[in-house]
Amino acid sequence: MAAEKRLMKGNEAMGEAAVRAGCDAYFGYPITPQNELTAYMAKHMIDHKRVFIQAESEVSAINMVYGAAATGARSMTSSSSPGVSLKQEGISYACGADVPMVVINVARSGPGLGGISPAQGDYFQSTRGGGHGDYHHIVLAPKSVQEAADLTFEAFDLADEWRMPAMILADGMIGQMMEGVVLPEPKDPATRVAKPWAVGNKGKRAELNHVDSTQLVPENFEKALHARYARYDEIKRTVARWEEQHLEDADVILSAYGTSARVCLGAMQMARKLGLKVGLLRPITLWPFPEKRFGELAGKRFLVVEMSMGQMVEDVRLYTHGKSEVSFYGRCGGMIPTEEDVLAEIRRILKK
Amino acid sequence: MELVYGHPKSLKPIQTKYCPGCGHGVIHRLITEVIDEMGMQEKSIILNPVGCSIWASLYFDFDSVQVPHGRTPAGATAVKRMLPDHLVICYQGDGDLAAIGTAEAVHAANRGEKFTTIFVNNAIYGMTGGQMAPTTLVGQKATTAPYGRDPIENGMGYPIRVLEMLATLGGTKYLARGAVNNAVNVRKTKQYIRKAFEAQMRGEGSSMVEILSQCPTNWAMEPADSVGWVESAMIPFYALGEIKNELADVAGKEAGK
Repeated sequence: MAAEKRLMKGNEAMGEAAVRAGCDAYFGYPITPQNELTAYMAKHMIDHKRVFIQAESEVSAINMVYGAAATGARSMTSSSSPGVSLKQEGISYACGADVPMVVINVARSGPGLGGISPAQGDYFQSTRGGGHGDYHHIVLAPKSVQEAADLTFEAFDLADEWRMPAMILADGMIGQMMEGVVLPEPKDPATRVAKPWAVGNKGKRAELNHVDSTQLVPENFEKALHARYARYDEIKRTVARWEEQHLEDADVILSAYGTSARVCLGAMQMARKLGLKVGLLRPITLWPFPEKRFGELAGKRFLVVEMSMGQMVEDVRLYTHGKSEVSFYGRCGGMIPTEEDVLAEIRRILKK
Repeated sequence: MELVYGHPKSLKPIQTKYCPGCGHGVIHRLITEVIDEMGMQEKSIILNPVGCSIWASLYFDFDSVQVPHGRTPAGATAVKRMLPDHLVICYQGDGDLAAIGTAEAVHAANRGEKFTTIFVNNAIYGMTGGQMAPTTLVGQKATTAPYGRDPIENGMGYPIRVLEMLATLGGTKYLARGAVNNAVNVRKTKQYIRKAFEAQMRGEGSSMVEILSQCPTNWAMEPADSVGWVESAMIPFYALGEIKNELADVAGKEAGK
């Protein structure tokens, strides 16, 4: 039977993808613009006889995710920027204890309470380790409702495989808009990654399992961090993902993620009609950043477009090793760039 | 010959890092005695908090989850929801439960989460070195209350009676306060722990046993004097006994309650 195409809001598509990925437990707290996601999970998790709790805070919700994940369950939370700030403590602990989980950020504008319109000001927080200590976790940036569903579904596998949180960095545009989506077939639980480290059901297991980020012996802690970073290197080699178009002859490469990449795609098409040689390089994984691909393109001219004052642009500069001229065009405070805005910037750069 | 007294199977036979006179060791023992008696060792999970009892996972011979400071009830909520046939113990100190984690403690209790909290109240922050806790008594000295806890003039507030506060919530079914300063209180405390654990396994709702405990190091007392201070200063403010018992097992209710 051909998969059915449905018209869904991004928030609901991510919820349904999580249900189909076998999310065993969801913990949330109200915040705009992701409320449809929590409401969707409230209904569908209960209907599937799985665990749903509306927690008393974002802080509590992320620690419930951590507790459920410690038992080996597939566990998830969703929130928006100010709420995700509150979750950073729990994410740091999850990274320290190697606990897989899925965290969805339907980002809005900041800092502070900011506004409820779409923004991309959480790039640094997401990719640098927004809590304390040395760590990273996987960050996936969808550009459409379809990709939001696909990446949410896949995030559970990536989190389990690499034993770390996988974050979906969407924004209010992706969460709120409706598009056609073909949902993934439900995950067969038998194909899940085994979790011999999980607590509970000890049975004949000889060793005790402790899900713990504590390490009070510096010599041991240093070794543990080196081992974790060796795993990070492996993730960089194997998980980095991007979309590219028209790079071969491009005089300027647009680089953007998520909603702003969607805008850039339209601007690129308009520019090509005018005979301007414009390409697009869209990171899908923000961590690991597709640093190798950017390195290969060092020397090319880049225009980075973000819905922020400029955050990913620093990575583009970093991984083109000072060999590229990198320009930046950004809108912020909840404003979204138009295709015409980006085209005007392209023409300014190319003096055409 | 029949062995009538031995080291609990669920407690590892190693020396603890706790200070001389500290109550944690006795409390660990009471918990593990009850677990052994219930035959629950392989289905017990402890959530240990930030504080002195961060060491708990070294001593308990069953699985553990360590959570951020104060988030213990949130973690325990999820562990118990995922593994309802396990005995889930949320082990917290007074700073963890009644200061940084008040929201988590109150809401887990209110939801009637079916784990048991063992709340160790020694009226001071232990591991960080003797700061004022939410349960520090009026007039009691601490590094951050050098002239004694002063509720009004310096705005240090009053000590919190956690069980009495939680007793108003519909989700709480069993709330009892014991102490480990003498043999009589130790034995009573064990009974409270047993009732709470059994209620948990019957799925009756939220249960908590608060245990008044000694911290001679941070109280700047000899261990022998510290057990006397529990009696003379703590118990008059923190009344011992079952503060709330709405368990279905009416016969198990404390006589006279």
